[in-house]
Amino acid sequence: MNLKEKLTSSFLAFENEGNLDLDSNTHAIRLEAIKSFEAHGFPSKTIEDWKYTNLKPLLKHDYCLFPRTKNDVGFKNIKKYLLNDVETYTLVFIDGVFSSFLSTTTHDDCDVCVLSSALNRPKYKMVVDNYFNKIANKNESVSQLNTAFTIEGAFINVPKNTIVPKPVQIIYFSTGSEKEVLLQPRNLVIVGENSHVQIIERHQNLSDETTLTNAVTEIFVNKRAVVDYYKIQNDTKNSSLIDSTYVSQKMQSVASVNTYSFGGKLTRNNLEFYHEGEGITSNLNGISILNSNQHVDNTTLVNHKFPNCESHELYKGIYSDRSSGVFNGKVIVNKEAQKTNAFQQNNNILIDDGATINAKPQLEIFADDVKCSHGCTIGQLDESALFYMQSRGIPKKEAKALLLYAFGNDVVEKIKIPQLKTKIAKFIAEKLNVELGFDL
Amino acid sequence: MLKVNNLHASINDKEILKGINLEIKAGEIHAIMGPNGSGKSTLSAVIAGKEEYEVTEGNVMLDGEDLSDLSPEERAHKGIFLSFQYPVEIPGVTVTNFIKTAINETRKSKGLEELPAKEMLQLIREKSDLLEIDRKFLSRSLNEGFSGGEKKRNEIFQMAMLEPKLAILDETDSGLDIDALKVVAKGVNKLKSDKNSVLVITHYQRLLDYIVPDFVHVLYNGKIVKSGGKELALELEKKGYDWLK
Repeated sequence: MNLKEKLTSSFLAFENEGNLDLDSNTHAIRLEAIKSFEAHGFPSKTIEDWKYTNLKPLLKHDYCLFPRTKNDVGFKNIKKYLLNDVETYTLVFIDGVFSSFLSTTTHDDCDVCVLSSALNRPKYKMVVDNYFNKIANKNESVSQLNTAFTIEGAFINVPKNTIVPKPVQIIYFSTGSEKEVLLQPRNLVIVGENSHVQIIERHQNLSDETTLTNAVTEIFVNKRAVVDYYKIQNDTKNSSLIDSTYVSQKMQSVASVNTYSFGGKLTRNNLEFYHEGEGITSNLNGISILNSNQHVDNTTLVNHKFPNCESHELYKGIYSDRSSGVFNGKVIVNKEAQKTNAFQQNNNILIDDGATINAKPQLEIFADDVKCSHGCTIGQLDESALFYMQSRGIPKKEAKALLLYAFGNDVVEKIKIPQLKTKIAKFIAEKLNVELGFDL
Repeated sequence: MLKVNNLHASINDKEILKGINLEIKAGEIHAIMGPNGSGKSTLSAVIAGKEEYEVTEGNVMLDGEDLSDLSPEERAHKGIFLSFQYPVEIPGVTVTNFIKTAINETRKSKGLEELPAKEMLQLIREKSDLLEIDRKFLSRSLNEGFSGGEKKRNEIFQMAMLEPKLAILDETDSGLDIDALKVVAKGVNKLKSDKNSVLVITHYQRLLDYIVPDFVHVLYNGKIVKSGGKELALELEKKGYDWLK
């Protein structure tokens, strides 16, 4: 039985065993989603947007869909994966199951809690009706798969005029309780008018076993709200991630999604922004630093549908050994979207001959009064810059690392949480195998 | 201090330097002049150890030690400093952080501890005051968006911090107006002592009004065709290079 068959045949059992209400709206949504997945299956390389990322090797595993969870994970096991030197709300999930013991939730000024309760409690009925699965791309079969099996994840609901006082950390751990496990977390973020929230999301395997995570996040940003979302992707070499994040923005809102990819075996990021009003700003930033045979694919979409909106996209990549990267960035400016400012930039450095990058900027512009630009570079390290630094006594290895660090610096500069910035800077230094004698 | 013996160097199998002999003693200032394409910048790059150039014959010695097998950073650690004609921009690395790294790497190569932060700061202050550099300048990204004058002044600042035995100033005057030129020259003169030496590489005589050389050499077609005192520079200014060919 292949993975697709296993999944579709497990669906009924999933709904029954999960004690999910079969009369609810969510049941109907799930049912529709599994049918869609059944019809389309996992995306293959024949699909244009999946041309450069091959899921096939990942699908050969015999994944456990409902892993046993380990109860013996304590704070000491996970501490180093958390941002500790700043107060946060924290949602910790172990093998897909929420750990209230390791989490810090709130219902005071806003809801930082779990999706399962939001989906099942009458109090949150409007949430399901108005938001759940409203912007997840129905043509993306992996997102449909996630929807079908949605049971748990983060639920963040910020009412209007609220500044969430602490950043929210969402961390999904897998413990290796099963040899091969498939996790499908689902996040829902709703930010009310004039409100502000910062969110950090991370997926981390605590073992050497194989994990595939197929995550979906929907983010709704209401009028004049501000959302800063950070994705830390620094998982083990047996861990792969398909992350689909969908952002819907109302007028004058600002949403930023920053993706920092250093680890994992295969990572695919689908990131889509939809505009539902004027005066919107969307920021997409990412840096990938890869080695060995790692693969990271950033496939992004910004869909400008209203006038006077902006999007700023900056992705950088540094690829060593036989690693490979993909940048597939689509910007659509519909004909109503006059006075759009859309900027896209993708810069890559290939360190070794075996490393590859497939960069595919796509701009589809139907409006005539817009400012749009895109730039894409693929290069090697600047030899003259290396010689300059060496001539000042900086050894070649350190000079290379410093140059690469500097190359990625403007993406790191986008981080608005200082402690997170320090952490990411440390990851980069580690990944480049260099000790910097200073903070950048 | 520096001895260049019958130096031949080529790049992509094209011979640029065709047998250079040059000796610079401690405390001396030498100038190398020559028309475009004569090999001036190649000579400075080869002394500094740029790997693209292949030394096919001869060698460069510093204090009796053959530098042939040393990397650019090892040469820097031994006291060679090259001020670039076109300093490289490094976004994201401040002038201060860059020079800190350079100093500490140099110290590391000599088996010394890193310079404590406080002493580093003092040193930076002292040298930036000496060269009349605005402190704000030190927290900017290295050479990024610097004017021509700022870039060259930054080079001299780094030279002041690293205190090399031999400083090579490659076309330091290019892109400078006369005021910036004076500031840079003043800096070089302040740093000059009887223990260090300077090799000025220039196309024009005007820099030599401010950094006065003990010896002037004319490089033409990869060879030194004439050497003399500072008056040779003036003669070149008047007559051009044609009479030497």
